Amino acid sequence: MQPRTLYDKLWDDHVVHVAPDGTTLLYIDRHLVHEVTSPQAFDGLRLHGRMPWRVASVLATPDHNVPTLDRTAGIADPVSRTQVETLDANCREFGLDEFRMDDRRQGIVHVIGPEQGFTQPGVTLVCGDSHTSTHGAFAALAFGIGTSEVEHVLATQCLWQKKSKTLLVRVDGRLGPGVTAKDLVLAVIGRIGTAGGTGYAIEFAGEAVRALSMEGRMTICNMAIEAGARAGMVAVDDTTIAYLRGRPRAPKGELWDRAVAYWRTLVSDPGARFDRVVELDAAAILPQVTWGTSPEMVAPVDARVPHPDEAPDAVRKADWQRALHYMGLEPGTAIADIAVDKVFIGSCTNSRIEDLREAAAVARGRRVADNVRLAMVVPGSGLVKAQAEAEGLDRVFRDAGFEWREPGCSMCLAMNADRLEPGERCASTSNRNFEGRQGQGGRTHLVSPAMAAAAAVHGHFVDVREVLS
Amino acid sequence: MRPFTTLHGLVAPLDRANVDTDAIIPKQFLKSIQRTGFGPNAFDEWRYLNHGEPGMDNAKRPLNPDFVLNQPRYQGASVLLARDNFGCGSSREHAPWALEDYGFRALIAPSFADIFYNNCFKNGLLPIVLPADTVDRLFRETFAHEGYRLTIDLAAQTITTPAGEIIAFEVDGERKHRLLNGLDDIALTLQYTDEIKAYESRRKVEAPWLFV
Repeated sequence: MQPRTLYDKLWDDHVVHVAPDGTTLLYIDRHLVHEVTSPQAFDGLRLHGRMPWRVASVLATPDHNVPTLDRTAGIADPVSRTQVETLDANCREFGLDEFRMDDRRQGIVHVIGPEQGFTQPGVTLVCGDSHTSTHGAFAALAFGIGTSEVEHVLATQCLWQKKSKTLLVRVDGRLGPGVTAKDLVLAVIGRIGTAGGTGYAIEFAGEAVRALSMEGRMTICNMAIEAGARAGMVAVDDTTIAYLRGRPRAPKGELWDRAVAYWRTLVSDPGARFDRVVELDAAAILPQVTWGTSPEMVAPVDARVPHPDEAPDAVRKADWQRALHYMGLEPGTAIADIAVDKVFIGSCTNSRIEDLREAAAVARGRRVADNVRLAMVVPGSGLVKAQAEAEGLDRVFRDAGFEWREPGCSMCLAMNADRLEPGERCASTSNRNFEGRQGQGGRTHLVSPAMAAAAAVHGHFVDVREVLS
Repeated sequence: MRPFTTLHGLVAPLDRANVDTDAIIPKQFLKSIQRTGFGPNAFDEWRYLNHGEPGMDNAKRPLNPDFVLNQPRYQGASVLLARDNFGCGSSREHAPWALEDYGFRALIAPSFADIFYNNCFKNGLLPIVLPADTVDRLFRETFAHEGYRLTIDLAAQTITTPAGEIIAFEVDGERKHRLLNGLDDIALTLQYTDEIKAYESRRKVEAPWLFV
């Protein structure tokens, strides 16, 4: 047999039917559902009198709209409340498993899937959310879909797909101290651009990727979509298997052994051909900060805001000018001279226990700077929150002047009450610095959790390696 | 789904790259549990001078005169001309819903983000990829000629310019078939029920832990 990539193997194992033009009916093993992109899909099922094909394949939770402050009074915004109640009602009606807002396991879909062992190597996993690429960290084929496809998967357990091209991103060497998975993936996006991965499935490999924890791997796969790739993935190794052992929904007993034997095969074969290869040297990657309104507008912390004249073409020059105007930045400003008004540590990119530990290591014994109006930490799930509290991280953050919140998507996209006001500047561990993403007129700079904490205590961006040394 | 066969439509130019789905339909409107009614809030933050929230009377809101779609010459446009990586970001299908509800039936750009591209076909919207220099030329012609219209024929996979020039475009056979006929994807897929069940039976033997 021809050597195959990890993506080829995942694809081949899920083919149900191939149409003459190559469009393939692909079987879907796992389906995460949240309140924003599902109500119209459930309406569609009702309209046609259809039932979910396999209810056990679905796990639902509200995350986008949930408040991160006191929840005992419910959701104040009636429109948000209706959406969450609609999810509850739909899950009840169709018999789907849901972690409701008051469940201690509730959290961001992309945090709870892996945490529960619902996400496993070798599965196809979808969700009506573009950051579903996160789950590829487990050598799963995971990608975001629209609401029509949410309905399609519920009704048929399948999706029509065209096979993607394959892109290998190999990061050799080791990341330096204070340089994290977030910096790695921002550097990749800076290199290939936000459309660099369009039409591709990305496999992240190389020594620096192998050295990452599962949390770190989830961070890089999460942002594959910001490079344009619907799916990102990392091959199975001991780290993957150690993470899954004992998770509530991981296989048990004899099935665990059989599963592990299969999982071990989920690596690209030696000599497997990729359509494109990009190589980076981990040791050359510095802590990253975005300066514009697209994740590709990114620079190392020791750099300056670029001048639009440096843009590679006329269309991008205009984009850079517009971005700098929106961000209220002058070309040539040192990144380290940019002051922040708010700090957000959270989101499906960076709200796991390791992220909180890295941020707490910076916050410990320090104080949020006076010019920072709000610094908030939003754990990715109730279980992450409980773990962090067991380790005393909540005290570290609170003592430093951070707010410690309830789990959810929060200010990553500001569908709940957490948002930026016009003109406010934020150091954010989320994934998108688009115009208005964190609130209309808000200015987002994407950074790692450690860099966000460092910005909070200094009031401006600073090289976290200097803070830690 | 509304079928797409041919279209003779006014072209509106949105001359910027990386237009994301947050820009196409901002998050506050995603709280709706309906599938329709997003058109008045398409490009909300660029289109209006004040902040929009669900439930507002959009007809009374001040329009941003600098936003291209607000110019009188582009009223009634059904073809949107755009730049690279249109529809990037969130998977929200509310973006094609908003564009369709606004009145667009076809989109032309040098590239589209994958999820958005896919979502368009589920909603009777035809996204057309053309080489960057061709798109560039269409931008110039659209700016130069008020009332610039294109004729799009999906069956023939052609775009005809006012000068009579014919530009061919690519589209997958399956997607084209479904869009031409306005077919319901789910009903089509359920014709493969036996194959899906056969796959499941096989997979339950190979990987039983997936079905526990």
